[in-house]
Amino acid sequence: MPLILFANSVLASIGRSVLDLLAAIGRLTLFCASALSHILRPPFYPRELFQQIMRIGWFSLPVVGLTTLFTGGALALQIYAGGARFNAETVVPSIVAIGMVRELGPVLAGLMVAGRVAAAIAAELGTMKVTEQIDALTTLSTNPMKYLVVPRVLAATLTLPLLVLIGDIIGIMGGFLVGTTRLGFNQAVYIQNTVDFLETWDVTSGLLKAAAFGFIVALMGCYHGMNSGRGAQGVGQATTNAVVSASILILAANYLLTEAFFAA
Amino acid sequence: MTKIALENVAKSFGSNHVLRGVSLSVEQGESMVVIGGSGTGKSVLLKCILGIISHDSGQILIDGKPQGRDRDAFLAQFGMLFQGGALFDSLTVWQNVAFRLLRGPAKLPKAEAREVAIEKLRRVGLRAEVAEQFPAELSGGMQKRVGLARAIAAEPAIIFFDEPTTGLDPIMSGVINELIREIVVEMGATAMTITHDMSSVRAIADKVLMLHDGQVQWQGPVDQLETSGNAYLDQFLHGRADGPIEAVR
Repeated sequence: MPLILFANSVLASIGRSVLDLLAAIGRLTLFCASALSHILRPPFYPRELFQQIMRIGWFSLPVVGLTTLFTGGALALQIYAGGARFNAETVVPSIVAIGMVRELGPVLAGLMVAGRVAAAIAAELGTMKVTEQIDALTTLSTNPMKYLVVPRVLAATLTLPLLVLIGDIIGIMGGFLVGTTRLGFNQAVYIQNTVDFLETWDVTSGLLKAAAFGFIVALMGCYHGMNSGRGAQGVGQATTNAVVSASILILAANYLLTEAFFAA
Repeated sequence: MTKIALENVAKSFGSNHVLRGVSLSVEQGESMVVIGGSGTGKSVLLKCILGIISHDSGQILIDGKPQGRDRDAFLAQFGMLFQGGALFDSLTVWQNVAFRLLRGPAKLPKAEAREVAIEKLRRVGLRAEVAEQFPAELSGGMQKRVGLARAIAAEPAIIFFDEPTTGLDPIMSGVINELIREIVVEMGATAMTITHDMSSVRAIADKVLMLHDGQVQWQGPVDQLETSGNAYLDQFLHGRADGPIEAVR
């Protein structure tokens, strides 16, 4: 009898968790659909969009630039060391380029921006919710989805590809610097190898991924901020949830997009 | 003429029945104050009227009509002073005050909206220099005044005040109460105020309504407060621990 009761309680607990998960997915889907529909319908707030482009894009540039610079350099060292095992050291420029633009550029920029931007958005909107600023917006005939969510989602979706493009260039430059100063590559040959090997699709696929990651980052920040609990603890929890969920969704979306773009 | 009418309005959050059939009416130009302990549904009541929270049953009528499809036009009739001010941190004081004037169908040019904002700031006793400051640079009393200026900036027909004197010293509370009364009379607006502060009730109210346990326990003119004979109201007015309202120790 106790065994049946135990099994019942375990099953009930699993059932509750599954229902909670489904409810959360439903809420997020509705939030996402609402954000997308408001992107297309006026009124629009260009001033807020510009502000968010600066906050999300421009101010993330140092973080993304430094991350990709060091990653490009480390990648060159790793590929050189690995390639040396079967006399393939010459592949360094081409593998650094393809690794950066297809995979590491978008994913690292996405994760760094998730840490910086999703947290900031969730904390800002969560605080606004707790201090009734979001209710105040509504009473002032301003839809919070249009005024707060749409500019952030659009700004992140538009600026992350630009950040990644710059990050790709800086990352390849990191590989170039290490390759030419530490590994003995000729500068002209390194650049020639990089340019010859890269195809347009390598770059554009990475930029498409970046746009998807930007959308995910802002959406998670806004969703958790707008649904923040009360008090400092509620806002802290919303911030943590925004960063964790954005990071996991970026990695999952990266796999799915890679499968869609490059699977044979 | 009845400006705001509620008929048997109910609202629950899960098993928590916050409003249980609330009915009330506020006449044009009248000032109603809603009193009651914490968690008795006062703020939910205001948010239901504004449509920020949707009610489960009953009717809410403004000028005899329910809220229509044009939400912006509906909300344009209202101004609200929030408990903590709810000023937008990222905007300057004048941009906060002129927020509604800078957007929507009745949008004013920036310079004109700024002038109106400064005029409203003067009306609530703040100098023009405050206009360029950010809310975080102001004291609690000044933030309340800015919130009040924002609530009246577009000269709404209905103004809600949510705990207008909470967190203020008695002198500043008196100043805010006087300002609210003056402005409501001057504008001919209909006002609803939520408060625990009995000095606010006496300064602001034409009519008082007491909510307890999601129900209207008493409503009547302010001059009948002391002679109502209602046990709930008496306990609340005199702050007694003993009575029909359960006090948790």
